[in-house]
Amino acid sequence: MPSLGADMDRGKILEWRKQVGDSIARGEIVVLVDTDKAEIEVESFSAGVLEAILVPVGETVPVGTPIARIRSAEAGARPAPKPVTPPPPAPPAPQPAIARPPAVTPRELPPAPAVASAAARPHATPLARRVAAELGVNLASVAGTGADGAITREDVERAAAPRAAAPPPAVAPAARDRAAAMRSAIATAMERANREIPHYYVESRVDLANAIAWLAATNAARPIADRVLPAALFVKAVALAAREVPELNGFWRDGGFVPASEVHVGLIVSLRQGGLLAPALRDVCEKSVTQLMADLRDVVARARAGKLRSSEVSGATISLTNLGDQGAQRVFGVIMPPQVALVGFGRVTEQPVAAGGLIGVRSVVDVTLAGDHRASDGHRAGRFLAALARRLAEPESL
Amino acid sequence: MTPEAPLAPRDREHALRLLRAMLRIRRFEEACAEQYSKGKIRGFLHLYVGQEAVAVGVIECLTADDAIVATYREHGHALARGIDSRPLMAEMFGKVEGCSRGRGGSMHVFDAATRFYGGNAIVAAGLPLAVGLALADRMQNRDRVTVCFFGEGAMAEGEFHESMNLAALWRLPVLFACENNLYAMGTALARSESETNLCVKAASYEMPAWSVDGMDVLAVEDAARRAVTAVRGGGPLFLELRTYRFRAHSMFDPQLYREKSEVEAWKQRDPIPTFVARAQASGALGADDAARIEEEAAAEMVAAVDFAEAGHFEPVADLARHVLFEGGAQ
Amino acid sequence: MTGERIKQSFREAFRQSLREALVRDERVFLMGEDVGRYGGSYAVSHGFLEEFGPDRIRDTPLSESAFVGAGIGAALGGMRPIVELMTVNFSLLAMDQILNGAATLSHMSGGQFHVPLVIRMATGAGRQLAAQHSHSLEGWYAHIPGIKVVAPATLEDARGMLHTALEDPNPVLIFEHARLYPVEGEVAADAGPVDLERAALRRAGRDVSLIAYGGTLDRALEAAESLAGQGIEAEVLDLRVLRPLDEAAILASVARTHRVVIVDEGWKSGSLSAEIAARIAEHALGELDAPIRRVCSAEVPIPYPKHLEDAALPQAARIAEAARELVRGG
Repeated sequence: MPSLGADMDRGKILEWRKQVGDSIARGEIVVLVDTDKAEIEVESFSAGVLEAILVPVGETVPVGTPIARIRSAEAGARPAPKPVTPPPPAPPAPQPAIARPPAVTPRELPPAPAVASAAARPHATPLARRVAAELGVNLASVAGTGADGAITREDVERAAAPRAAAPPPAVAPAARDRAAAMRSAIATAMERANREIPHYYVESRVDLANAIAWLAATNAARPIADRVLPAALFVKAVALAAREVPELNGFWRDGGFVPASEVHVGLIVSLRQGGLLAPALRDVCEKSVTQLMADLRDVVARARAGKLRSSEVSGATISLTNLGDQGAQRVFGVIMPPQVALVGFGRVTEQPVAAGGLIGVRSVVDVTLAGDHRASDGHRAGRFLAALARRLAEPESL
Repeated sequence: MTPEAPLAPRDREHALRLLRAMLRIRRFEEACAEQYSKGKIRGFLHLYVGQEAVAVGVIECLTADDAIVATYREHGHALARGIDSRPLMAEMFGKVEGCSRGRGGSMHVFDAATRFYGGNAIVAAGLPLAVGLALADRMQNRDRVTVCFFGEGAMAEGEFHESMNLAALWRLPVLFACENNLYAMGTALARSESETNLCVKAASYEMPAWSVDGMDVLAVEDAARRAVTAVRGGGPLFLELRTYRFRAHSMFDPQLYREKSEVEAWKQRDPIPTFVARAQASGALGADDAARIEEEAAAEMVAAVDFAEAGHFEPVADLARHVLFEGGAQ
Repeated sequence: MTGERIKQSFREAFRQSLREALVRDERVFLMGEDVGRYGGSYAVSHGFLEEFGPDRIRDTPLSESAFVGAGIGAALGGMRPIVELMTVNFSLLAMDQILNGAATLSHMSGGQFHVPLVIRMATGAGRQLAAQHSHSLEGWYAHIPGIKVVAPATLEDARGMLHTALEDPNPVLIFEHARLYPVEGEVAADAGPVDLERAALRRAGRDVSLIAYGGTLDRALEAAESLAGQGIEAEVLDLRVLRPLDEAAILASVARTHRVVIVDEGWKSGSLSAEIAARIAEHALGELDAPIRRVCSAEVPIPYPKHLEDAALPQAARIAEAARELVRGG
């Protein structure tokens, strides 16, 4: 049965114009076929004798089904074509076959859910959901002020503050109120961290001689505004070390560790009026130390001025706290959930150091890694600190 | 425009060339019909059987530099122009070795090397394109001819009138070659045109308009040669080629609109056997020549089908290639 | 860069850009209705016929399909045509050539041909020209793969987009909003070519993004001013290029403000604003703190009387209102 059109998949034999034993010339009409759209005369592409009729009048067969056999009379003619398989339903390109959908047995649908009650999914904007997840706020307890009563990000942030909520502002709240809300949100996060995360601590004293020398040389040629501080080196080194030890870079979610594909370093920034903020520097591995220094300056300044966006206070995959300026020797920090690690830097000091049987004086810093024992162990922590120390010993590689 | 006495081939060379060209088209089209029935060619397939003399006779008069715009019934023109039957059949099969990377299929044959601008499936849409190609030649002082093949059905479209007018107004070197096979799909000329004398319509645009017997390849060639000479470096010209297609409009057309007897009558004027007879009578072709060319053509089409069968489908990953030009800014 | 700034209308900017293109490259020519003797229906080509002659400034008959098709053919033949369609309203007559010709040739021919054609058209409503002369169909064209679509809304873009479009080997459609022609502003005396890839932030803000293009840009900026007076800082993104959309810029804006109003002079249903809204929902759902809003023309044929026309089109007040509702939430 030939294909006689783009949408033809079967044909019905209407009339055989030749009988068994008749000779057939190439191009001669052999049979009349009904294709649903029209009746078409079908020609033979070979010359010979009609040997057998395989499908009788009145029968419908799919395209490609042999309907007659012609014994070719031409000497040296091509062999009779093999029965042609029906064309495949999909183009035979190198792609996976289109799977048939599984047979579905009809069954009773579960009853429609009751009209939304307080227990049903809260109506919140996508952004509000995200922020609520990061701050650990239960949406069911939040009143919504957005379109159609949707819970907005501001509603979530306000809810994260333990004090009484201010009436919904007609205009975006003043920057100071926003900082206060963030501060309270961090406090909530700290409580949760202490409650949920089994912390362990590993400490190391890192040699900064090379780093300090490199900084001095680099900064000698720069104006004050462009000078790089050790903090920028610490951030970069932490990010690179985190890439090497992925168990420390990511989130604890739903009972398991979810590694992050990029490294965004959260910075714990203390505020003059008390409290702290934790803005994230994104894609730290891709940035130069100079760029990081500029970012650091910017983010710290804005954090202190209360001009951070909520999106900047989220997304960190590992955090860093640097209390060196405050004079602390070393820091045992609290991890910011849902992260699984926090790196604490103390003050950079000059210390006596033994090396090669001699005693010298070198710049060092005490670095402490706080780890979530559900996601990592001391072994990993040790590797992280070793990687960190190695990076800081080769500041050009940062 | 049809000469009073039947023409004869100039010499054996000439006769062989014309016969080979027409026979190759005939056999190619028959191979396409067979492959379509087997499901190897899909979509729409419009065959040129019966009209071979037109493409061969006109294209015989062009130089390699001239341009051709054709319709969806363009396999014959493509072969006459020199596009190899292997990539042409591969194009029918949708294989990447086809002249348009298999992208176009039967209706969209393109070949930059031979200035073959399709392969256009919208009736009459090729005419403005041809006008533009000729405009570029006029503006760059090039003596090239653009031949635009179209069916008589296109003369009902607005674009036909717009293009004829523009070509004449701006005196552009376009040869408007109208293949009048009397039916636009299933609609006879008399049912679609208030004025069925096509040359009268064309001449109203102030250009020469000639009519010639499209079943006589020598008459076609003679007229086309004069036409191309007039157009080259000059203005447009309309050439009506009176012809007939022996097969249906496309593969699944039951041909309810015309009588079998009419088809049979036109088959008596089949351009190929009538040319063979004339060429043998004039001595240009020997007794064995036709059979030999027949064998060669048959073998060539077997090879073309084999080539197409062995070809590959373009990787799906390349689907979005060539949507935009992949070279740089010009 | 001399730094000198001059006062110029959009009309003058388009004219200067066109003139510089004609001077710069002798392959460039202008073709369209009344571009020559009439001086251009919007006076953009005033004086060009005298300066460049009838070969390069070609008045065409009222044959949109033919002269757009001729533009395609001329581009294929080595010229750099600028086809002027008087308005987008008349472009419908040439839509087959644009879609089935210009946009598809490269892909359909397997990359053998490309069409370096520029088509300019006036678009938009606002001058009481009633239903058939007031369309904004940029969105229809932005739907088509194989062409680029741009909408200059600043003097820099009016001066610079044509230059880059002429260097592009693909067809480029430039939509000039008719309401902007007489609008004046300041621009660098030596304003040069601009990219055809990126959207531009015309006003920075943090509370809501207003995304606009072409004739709606100044409305959006006006809305932003009025919002600022109420303590709402809106940022305004000028799309500039409608195909391909600068998706990154759109998503970045939404990531900054978390609320978005899309302004589109087309009818809302199935418009370009719908495409932008879909992309935001697809790629930046987590950034949205409010539903996406669109301010478009009312779903009516644009009427003649001023008060009805004004009510039908996206005005600054409606844009500001939509933004306020998003920010205030209820």
